[in-house]
Amino acid sequence: MEIQQLEHIASQVRRDILRMVSAVNSGHPGGSLGCTDLFVALYFDVLRKKLDADGKPVFEMDGKDEDLFFLSNGHISPVFYSVLARTGYFSVSELATFRKLDSRLQGHPTTAEHLPGVRIASGSLGQGLSVAAGAAFAKRLNKDDKHVYVLMGDGEQQEGQVWEAAQFAPNKKLGNLTAIIDYNLAQIDGTTMGVNDNRDLAAKYKAFGWNVTEMQGNDMGDIIKTLKDAKHDPEVPTLILMHTLMGYGVDFMAGNYKWHGTALNEEQMANALGQLPVYSGMEDY
Amino acid sequence: MKKFDYTDKKDTRSGFGAGIYELGKTNPNVVALTADLAGSLKLDAFIKDFPDRFIQCGIAEANMIGVSAGLTIGGHIPFATTFANFATGRVYDQIRQSVAYSEKNVKICASHSGLTLGEDGATHQILEDLGMMKMLPNMTVINTCDYNQTKAATIAIAEHVGPVYLRFGRPVLPVFTPADQKFEIGKAWHMNEGDACSVFVTGNLVWEAVLAGEMLAAEGIEIDLINIHTIKPLDQEAILNSVKKTGCAVSVEEHNIWGGLGESIAHVLAQNLPRPQEFIGTKDTFGESGTPDQLLEKYGLKASYIVDAVKRAIARK
Repeated sequence: MEIQQLEHIASQVRRDILRMVSAVNSGHPGGSLGCTDLFVALYFDVLRKKLDADGKPVFEMDGKDEDLFFLSNGHISPVFYSVLARTGYFSVSELATFRKLDSRLQGHPTTAEHLPGVRIASGSLGQGLSVAAGAAFAKRLNKDDKHVYVLMGDGEQQEGQVWEAAQFAPNKKLGNLTAIIDYNLAQIDGTTMGVNDNRDLAAKYKAFGWNVTEMQGNDMGDIIKTLKDAKHDPEVPTLILMHTLMGYGVDFMAGNYKWHGTALNEEQMANALGQLPVYSGMEDY
Repeated sequence: MKKFDYTDKKDTRSGFGAGIYELGKTNPNVVALTADLAGSLKLDAFIKDFPDRFIQCGIAEANMIGVSAGLTIGGHIPFATTFANFATGRVYDQIRQSVAYSEKNVKICASHSGLTLGEDGATHQILEDLGMMKMLPNMTVINTCDYNQTKAATIAIAEHVGPVYLRFGRPVLPVFTPADQKFEIGKAWHMNEGDACSVFVTGNLVWEAVLAGEMLAAEGIEIDLINIHTIKPLDQEAILNSVKKTGCAVSVEEHNIWGGLGESIAHVLAQNLPRPQEFIGTKDTFGESGTPDQLLEKYGLKASYIVDAVKRAIARK
């Protein structure tokens, strides 16, 4: 897909995120906006998905013979839901149920409501890399040559389990695994440096045996290029430090950790939506 | 009291090792994982014959649970193995979110439960695991009593779709259940017919309950002895039918009385058939170092204590 077309979709997804969070006055817009470009790149271009005759994605929990994506930092569920809906896993009208009673779109993603596209519950941090490593191991056992992607937060790197998994994946030679860290340097209580400094994540992962690279997570061209050009050593997992701005796409939100988990008021919403055009062929849910 | 003969004594964990080896031969989807305790979990035969389906995770239990959850996505049936303390308390949130809430077909298989692991002491002697696991929605909880039952249960849980906690142990116990038994999850085993008192027992203490039944029979007291190997889902029908007949109950487990089998039975009785119940279990305490036999004596879990509890329950009728 053309870069410009992906960017237009990203604008629509950002509108979805803000409208979903604003409608219930709860949720996490900051990280969702920052990771929007990655989600659009993955789901509209990079992932090799199982499709039906009409080109609609077919969801099977086992995910055999298709690329898999796992969201470890589950609090950025708005961007996950928007992109799943807009790639056809479920109706975009369902986005209006986000965080409401009896919805399949729970505050944090879950398999309990059988929402197509979600393969694991996440929200309690630090668990997704292990799950993705298990899924990558399963693909190897199944002689399935497709790839497994997982997204984590950078604040999440403070969880101990991440490092158990970081040690496991290279030792098990899981070259079919790519982990991406949303490297926005922000978490709820402040900057990652101020809260509990991750220090040199690239050096740490390299020391654990990963192939480490970086990309600009709010530059669609760079995301596509990095994900597609990554030369996968069949025996070495890849770690991508993805530089993003929390709240990217809305000028007064960008780079401010205060938008980690805060909804916009009416005036802020009008301002923000004014910065995010609806392009032809798309519309709000 | 029915006579329970045995010709051999073995540890229940070896029953697990035999069961998973059998599964290795019959079910290509079964994968075994461990956190640096392959020898203690008796995985040697499985590892030798099915090396591609064995995953050594090292001393990293949280990751092992997550990897297990991931393996199910792709159709595998992971058996995650370690000591009961590290299989539950250490990784409760990983089990809660990635396994139970996510409805993953993970089998958590735990050896060295309870006091009877002995000399290692309280850091390793978990007495709260049944409680933690039974509180998790979607979780099936099983505690086996001898080599044969453990082997049969190991094979049975591979057929069951959904998360399972299988608890067994280190002590060498009489092998008194049939080698050819078919293990039925959730179905209690009625070991002896009697009308004086219902005795509901699970895990390593089933043999102590058999001894207690023999001691009581010598005094003319015939107990209704029921092995509850599946703590959840609980066989309510077996419990109620027995207590309707006897009018009182004793629960017996190598676990804290808070949160264990006894509490589950008390819930069933309180709701349907309020009758006196006595509880054999540890009394809100940690364990300590000692031989299994010394510990069972000190913490009031041996046959003689079951005898006393039965008499107390009968007196309260």
